[in-house]
Amino acid sequence: MSVQSSSIPKLALQAGSTRRWRTRETVWGLILILPSLIGFIAFYAVPAIRGVVISFTDWDLLTPAKAVGLANYMHLLKDPNFWRALKVTAYYVLLNIPLQTILAMVIAVMMSRLTKSLVIRSILIIPWLMPSVVVGLLWLWLMDPNIGILNAAIRALGGPTVPFLNLPDLAMPSIALINIWQYVGYTALLIFAGLQSIPGSVYEAASIDGASELQMFWKVTVPLLRPVLVFVAVTSVIGSFQIFDTIAITTKGGPVNATKVLNWYIYEQAFTRFNMGYATAISMVLFLLLIFVSMAQMRLMRAGESDV
Amino acid sequence: MNRRFLLVISVLTLFSLLLGACGGGAVTPAATQAPAATQAPAAAAPAASAGAVELQYWLWDANQLPAYQKCIDDFSAKNPNIKVTVTQQGWGDYWSNIQTGMITGNAPDIFTNHLAQYPTFAAKGQLVDIEPLVKRDSVDMSVYIGDLAELWARDGKRFGLPKDWDTIAIVYNKDMLAKAGVTEEELNQATWNLDDGGTFAQILGKLTVDESGKNALDPAFDKTKIAQYGLIINGAGGNSGQTEWSWLAATTGWKYYDGLYATKFYYDDERFIKTFQWYADMMLAGKIMPLELVTSLGGSAAFNAGKGALHAQGSWMIGDFANNATFPFGFARLPQGPEGRKSMFNGLADSIWMGTKHPEEAWQVVKYLASPDCAKTVGSFGVVFPAQQSGVEAALAAYKAKNLGVSAFTEQALEKDGTFLFPVTDNASEIEAILSPMLQSIMLGQAKAADVLPAANAEINALFK
Repeated sequence: MSVQSSSIPKLALQAGSTRRWRTRETVWGLILILPSLIGFIAFYAVPAIRGVVISFTDWDLLTPAKAVGLANYMHLLKDPNFWRALKVTAYYVLLNIPLQTILAMVIAVMMSRLTKSLVIRSILIIPWLMPSVVVGLLWLWLMDPNIGILNAAIRALGGPTVPFLNLPDLAMPSIALINIWQYVGYTALLIFAGLQSIPGSVYEAASIDGASELQMFWKVTVPLLRPVLVFVAVTSVIGSFQIFDTIAITTKGGPVNATKVLNWYIYEQAFTRFNMGYATAISMVLFLLLIFVSMAQMRLMRAGESDV
Repeated sequence: MNRRFLLVISVLTLFSLLLGACGGGAVTPAATQAPAATQAPAAAAPAASAGAVELQYWLWDANQLPAYQKCIDDFSAKNPNIKVTVTQQGWGDYWSNIQTGMITGNAPDIFTNHLAQYPTFAAKGQLVDIEPLVKRDSVDMSVYIGDLAELWARDGKRFGLPKDWDTIAIVYNKDMLAKAGVTEEELNQATWNLDDGGTFAQILGKLTVDESGKNALDPAFDKTKIAQYGLIINGAGGNSGQTEWSWLAATTGWKYYDGLYATKFYYDDERFIKTFQWYADMMLAGKIMPLELVTSLGGSAAFNAGKGALHAQGSWMIGDFANNATFPFGFARLPQGPEGRKSMFNGLADSIWMGTKHPEEAWQVVKYLASPDCAKTVGSFGVVFPAQQSGVEAALAAYKAKNLGVSAFTEQALEKDGTFLFPVTDNASEIEAILSPMLQSIMLGQAKAADVLPAANAEINALFK
């Protein structure tokens, strides 16, 4: 928060004067963001504020809510299921993000160095274009131990049946795998777009100086790509903390709570156990957590600057 | 360059936000569907006869849809002033859609209800108490088989009229039985006990076969390469274990609790702990299909795919085997435990939503759906056993016409002390959330029943304090 409040006046000063607000560009700008602003207010801001209110109540959705003050938050501190869900979520983020980002980076660099084919770029984002529910169902069948094609292949190669989604130790890595498959192409495309914005002359200069491909990657590509990498890291970490659909389709939090992430726990509390107030309180904690994680990431990775 | 890149990024971000908004709504399709369901007929209202009352009726079983549609058609023919639209939704969406409908004021006027669900709805004032209407119209409650009607009553109130019943039996693959040299007679006479598993365990041993064709009784049997499992169950079973473990646990004399709505559960009873551990041990030995191989598509899919010789299942799935099994199959009686054969005796009923604008007309529909006429109609489709004897006779004739011998289910229902009831209770979903992970971890071999069940049971009983 402090970052924002200190940077806004600075920007205004840079712009020179407040007259800028009345230029035609600003008017058009406002008109253009209006549709998403309406969406933002109706679907994000208002529910978020209502959420704050609900989190201080005991509400079962069907009978009137009762104000309970901080009771939901106090309960949350002592709820072992909440802490386990938090751990499970963090485990998933750790499984998902590093591998996904590294893979996406490799794919993006390979694309930009080897081919700029539109066909390949389109193929890459097909999994991302599929609805998560379809992706979940697809992999549920692929990974089925009895009739799934993955296990048929493993058995044909002489391996044992692998119950990907049905063993507590395997379930979360399997879900991470599914989501990496779904999002790696999209992430690669973002990074690829960032790579396109690095002028070719920089690489020419580097190669004249005798830099190897690897050196160019570490000394030229990565530093110049930092703003994009920060964007990718922040959005994918937020997305991965909010994992829900894949789990809802495949494991439903099981086996033995192995995939009971925060969002699933929130869903369970709200819609199968009718504890809407408590569910909202957990959502609020998740919200604060994500703000904190995102800010830490921006700070650590100096989002605003590239190294040039 | 930089600006164009920012544009690309912001467009992509906006796009992903929009998609995110859709994706994040995975819970809410109900909210958009429910109004759509009620608006559609409303729009068509002018075409219908003026003054006709429009009602929504929901059910989840696609197999039963044609039967109940026929009942509704018959009803409409006699009551032209009441127009009922029947909607079927899969079990997974059904309850969340009903719930969302109740919150937004768009729930169906009448819906098929389940014993695991109705106490919550009743406690939250969402179901019409039909007891006064039953009394007013002097509905004959004695026509309903056994205690089916009583399952839906609480403290002088009544929340549904029963329309069908079900029991559990063992469905078997005839080819596998013949190959293993197990006769159908042997299977029907099987016994079971906690000491050595009785002849049932022996049969499972004979029917479990590895890839080289050796059965589980052979010392050279390789349990890492099993080609055919002796028995397939549907999972760990949750708090009722209806098709999974209730039919063995009950034969030891064990009970969930002391009767409908009792507030003290006995999942810590030694008999239950030993029975459940027997299942887990049999899974680890490969004689029952291990839990990790069952869960994703269900036990019946595995049985129909020829992965096991026996499968414990409820009578509502008879038609599913008839449609999907690619081999000859039959139904056998449950094994006899220390206290005989025991099956859960369970049934569905239609309930009326409190928010209906036409409670009187909705009651007429519910009454008809639970009447002898509708029971005969539903029975004639041969998909389920109606809650009244006349309907059961029609069902038996229909099953016979399809060449399905279903006496294993009906004999069980008629046997003296052969049945017990579904554990109807408050806090059902809380109990499920506590118990299910524990049951799973025992069946996966991660914990011993005796170590974890007493604590889980204490946690469950604490819910009622």
